[in-house]
Amino acid sequence: MSAVTRSCGTADDSENALSSLAMIVSRATGDGGGFHAPTIGDIFPGPILFDGTVFEINRLQIVRFVAAAALIVVFVIAARRATLVPGRFQNVVEMILDFVRVNVAEEILGKEKASKFVALLTTMFCAILMFNLMGIVPGLNVAATALIGLPLMLAAWTYVSYLSAGVRELGVGGFLKNSLFPPGVPPFLYVLLTPVEFLQVFIIRPATLALRLMANMVSGHLMLALCFSATQYFLFEAAPAMKGFGALTVVGALIFTLFEVFVATLQAYIFVILTAVYINLSIEKEH
Amino acid sequence: MIAAALSAAVLTAAETTGEPDGLALLIPATYDILWSTVVLAAIAFAFYRFVLPKFQAVLDERTALIQGGIAKAESAQAEAAIALAAYHQQLQDARTEAARIREDARTEGTQILAEHRTKANEEAARLVETAHKQIEAERQQASVSLRGDVGTLATQLASKIVGESLEDSARQSRVVDRFLDELEASTTTNAGKGN
Repeated sequence: MSAVTRSCGTADDSENALSSLAMIVSRATGDGGGFHAPTIGDIFPGPILFDGTVFEINRLQIVRFVAAAALIVVFVIAARRATLVPGRFQNVVEMILDFVRVNVAEEILGKEKASKFVALLTTMFCAILMFNLMGIVPGLNVAATALIGLPLMLAAWTYVSYLSAGVRELGVGGFLKNSLFPPGVPPFLYVLLTPVEFLQVFIIRPATLALRLMANMVSGHLMLALCFSATQYFLFEAAPAMKGFGALTVVGALIFTLFEVFVATLQAYIFVILTAVYINLSIEKEH
Repeated sequence: MIAAALSAAVLTAAETTGEPDGLALLIPATYDILWSTVVLAAIAFAFYRFVLPKFQAVLDERTALIQGGIAKAESAQAEAAIALAAYHQQLQDARTEAARIREDARTEGTQILAEHRTKANEEAARLVETAHKQIEAERQQASVSLRGDVGTLATQLASKIVGESLEDSARQSRVVDRFLDELEASTTTNAGKGN
C-alpha cells in the first residue's frame, strides 16, 4: 500500500502550502490592495441557471459537463476507430485501459477475480482522472471533483460495489461475519474490534475516499489560483521593485501546474486502487 | 492534517470575504448530488455499453489472431520438418538405389564377361572340332581315292601280268619293272603336278 503513503506525502505538502497560503492571504488583505487571494468561494460560484432549484447549474457543473462530454467523446471515438492493429491514439487509450487492468485490478484482486471488476475500475479511473485534470485546463481552472458532490457519489459507487460484491460472494451473514468479526482474533477482542470494523466498513472507507479526493483538488486549485493571482498582482499592480517576484510566481505556477497533473493522476490511481482493495477485502474469506 | 490546514485557509477566507464557511466544503447541495449522479451515469453508460465491450472485443480478437498466427507458424514449421525428413529419406533412398544399381551393373558385367568367355571358348572348341572333322574327311577321301588308285593300278598290273606269259621269268621281270617304271613316272608326274 505504498499508494496510501504517497497520498499522505501529498497531503503533507498540501498542508505546508496551505499554511503559507493562509499567511499570505492575511497579509494581502491587511494591505487592502488590489491582490485577490483565492478562497474556497471559488468552489461555490454563483448560479447560472435554475437558481434555487434542485437543477441549479453553476460554473462547476458546467466544468463537470465539459469533462464528461470530453471523456465520452474521446473514448467513444477511440472505441469506434479501434482496430486490430492499433494506431498512436488507440495505443495511448489502450495503455490507460491496460494500466487499470494489469496494475490495479489484476495486481490487487488476482487474475480470476479481476475480470468482474475491470469495467468498474476502468470507468472510475478514467472519469476521476478527467475530472481532476479540469483543474489545469485554462478557462475551466477548477477540478470537477473539488466540490464534494462528485467525490461523494464516486465514493458511494465504490461503497455499493464492495458491499454488493461481498454479499454476492459470501451472503449477507457471511459478509458481515467476515467483515465485523475477523477470524484469528481472541473472542474478547471483538468487543473492541467489531465497533471499529463497523465504522471502518460502513462509514470511514467511503468518507475518506470522498474527502481525500475533494481536499486534494481544492488545495490544488487554491495553490494554482494563488500563483496566478500573485503573478497578476506583482506584474501589473505592485510597486516596480516587486515586479521581480512575478517571475518567481510564474515559475511557481508552472511547477504547480505540473504538480497538479501528478496529483490528479495519483488521486485517480489511489481512488481506484482503494476501491479494488475494499472489494478484495469484501470478497476474500480470510484477510 | 489536511483538514486542519484547509480549515485554517477557510477561516481566513471566511473572515475576509464573508463567503461560505468550511462546513460547506463537506456538505453537498442537492443539485450538486443530482448533477454528479447525472455525469457519472452518462460516463458509466457510455463506458459499460459501448467503450469497454468494444475494446474488449478488439483485444480478444487480437489475442486470437496472435495465437492463430503462432499456431500457423508452428504448423508450418512442423510441415517443413516433415518435408525435410521426407527429402532426406528420398535422398537416402536414391543413394541406396544408386549403390544397388552400381552393384547390379558390376554383377551383370561380370556375368556378361563370363558368358562371352564361355561362348568364345565354345566357338573355339567348335572351330577346332570342325577343323578336325574336315581333316578327317579329307583324310578319308584321300584314303578312299588312294585305295581306288591302288586298286586300279593293281588291276592294271595284274592284267598286264596276266596278259603276258607267266612262264617266262625274264618277261615277268620285265613286266614288273615296266610297271614300276610307269608307276614311278606317274607318281613323278603327279608329284610335279602337285607341286
